Amino acid sequence: MSDFLIYKILLVVGVFTVTLVVAMYATYGERKVAAFLQDRIGPNRAGPFGIFQPLADGLKFFMKEEIIPSVSNKFLFILGPSIAMITALMAGVLIPWGNTLIINGAQYSLQITDINIGILYVFGVVSIGVYGIMIGGWASNNKYSLLGAIRASAQMISYELAMGISIIALIMMTGTLSLGEIVNQQAGGDWNFWNVVYQPLGFLIFIVCAFAECNRAPFDLPECETELVGGYHTEYSSMKLGFYMFAEYINMFISSAVLSTLYFGGYNFPFMNDLGLSHNVITILGTVFLFAKIFFFIFFFMWVRWTLPRFRYDQLMNLGWRVLLPLSIVNLLGTALVLLWIDK
Amino acid sequence: MESLSNRSKVVSNKEMTFLERIYLPAVLSGIAITIKHLFRRKATVSYPEVKREFSKIWRGHHVLKRDDKGAERCTACGLCAVACPAEAITMTAAERKKGEENLYREEKYASVYEINMLRCIFCGLCEEACPKEAIFLTDRLVYTDFARDGFIYGKDKLVEKVDERIDVTVRQTPAVLEFKKHKQLSHNK
Repeated sequence: MSDFLIYKILLVVGVFTVTLVVAMYATYGERKVAAFLQDRIGPNRAGPFGIFQPLADGLKFFMKEEIIPSVSNKFLFILGPSIAMITALMAGVLIPWGNTLIINGAQYSLQITDINIGILYVFGVVSIGVYGIMIGGWASNNKYSLLGAIRASAQMISYELAMGISIIALIMMTGTLSLGEIVNQQAGGDWNFWNVVYQPLGFLIFIVCAFAECNRAPFDLPECETELVGGYHTEYSSMKLGFYMFAEYINMFISSAVLSTLYFGGYNFPFMNDLGLSHNVITILGTVFLFAKIFFFIFFFMWVRWTLPRFRYDQLMNLGWRVLLPLSIVNLLGTALVLLWIDK
Repeated sequence: MESLSNRSKVVSNKEMTFLERIYLPAVLSGIAITIKHLFRRKATVSYPEVKREFSKIWRGHHVLKRDDKGAERCTACGLCAVACPAEAITMTAAERKKGEENLYREEKYASVYEINMLRCIFCGLCEEACPKEAIFLTDRLVYTDFARDGFIYGKDKLVEKVDERIDVTVRQTPAVLEFKKHKQLSHNK
């Protein structure tokens, strides 16, 4: 029992650390990707190829003067970034980071916990993230912050609908809410395709909504500088601003992980059972593959950000309510019909 | 009205077609363009290590030349100040004392010679106006500073050192040499 506890604690700390490190280096990656897409070099002064840039940025955030506006609600002002950060970190618990490791005959799962309502939990936690932005924006007592926060919450709620419905189609197909189960169903190399093959439209809707949920370009209206100064974090400085930005990158990491898990087979990779390798080696390889998928999606997020201009607010709402929502319902009905037809 | 350049386009607010309305083709073509740039040669010049090559006729930081014996050529005639379109040059003339023949070439010299580098537009009209071949623009840069005072360059920064002469042969273009040849003045002999 104590073995089990120690293992779980190690795993939790490990996932926590990996999440933070990935988020940290995502900021570096973002700057590098942005630079390369614009024919520049990007940060290259702090350490070789600038790999210590995130550390320097972090240090700078901590050393900056921390300003809390005198007219703000202090408790809520501090609560805002805290909620954003906590909820961003909470979703990582459910991602299956790998298959099981067999050590001394005992099986250790690389998923921290596989609760049977996994997807619901992820959605719930992500929804709470809106509160972080809303509370922070309201507590600043600044009209630009408030407008940014309202935009953010309206946008996230609108796109959560389409996202949820596109997921329901997937759940109907897999018949389970547990993320571990969904990944295992996509295992193996023999004609057992990843879910994206069966749910291309659902995947498309999901990824578009994921962009909107993460407040990433082209849906980064909550923080559009041209209209709203800085959006909901206009009044924030020092590490509190850092937390908001960090939460955004963690959200991006988690969304990429969820995308890979739900639609791209999680830790499964083609021909994994034909290689004749031992179980542990395949597990480790699988984790490597999962991270490769995640990094690809993070890169994709950045790639799109540095390609597309920002949507107008009415276009955003139009797309969310009048295109994606009906499309996801059509996808849901289509999936249901096909399932019924197969069942017969 | 008739278009002179043939470049103007008539703006139309026509409805988007179906393909445009679903955004995806445009998005895909957009990311196809940006991914190509990922592998392009980068335009960045990593400045302190790599310096961008200057044009041969680059006009930068001025120099006040000395002659072969190390005496200042400038006689404070003021033609450069008159020629300067930005009015960046000021000077005060003074008379050469006995025993200063090794310092100043002629009887009159500039005791103060200042160029305001914030006003200067580096057009090179001063060197064109100079009858004594005293002022030239070089390929050196004018450095940054925190205060405006730092940009008023006096003789300490403008006059070349006796032991480290600044080569201005690139500025002595055929036109300049032609100019020198025809003038029958003593300093050109």
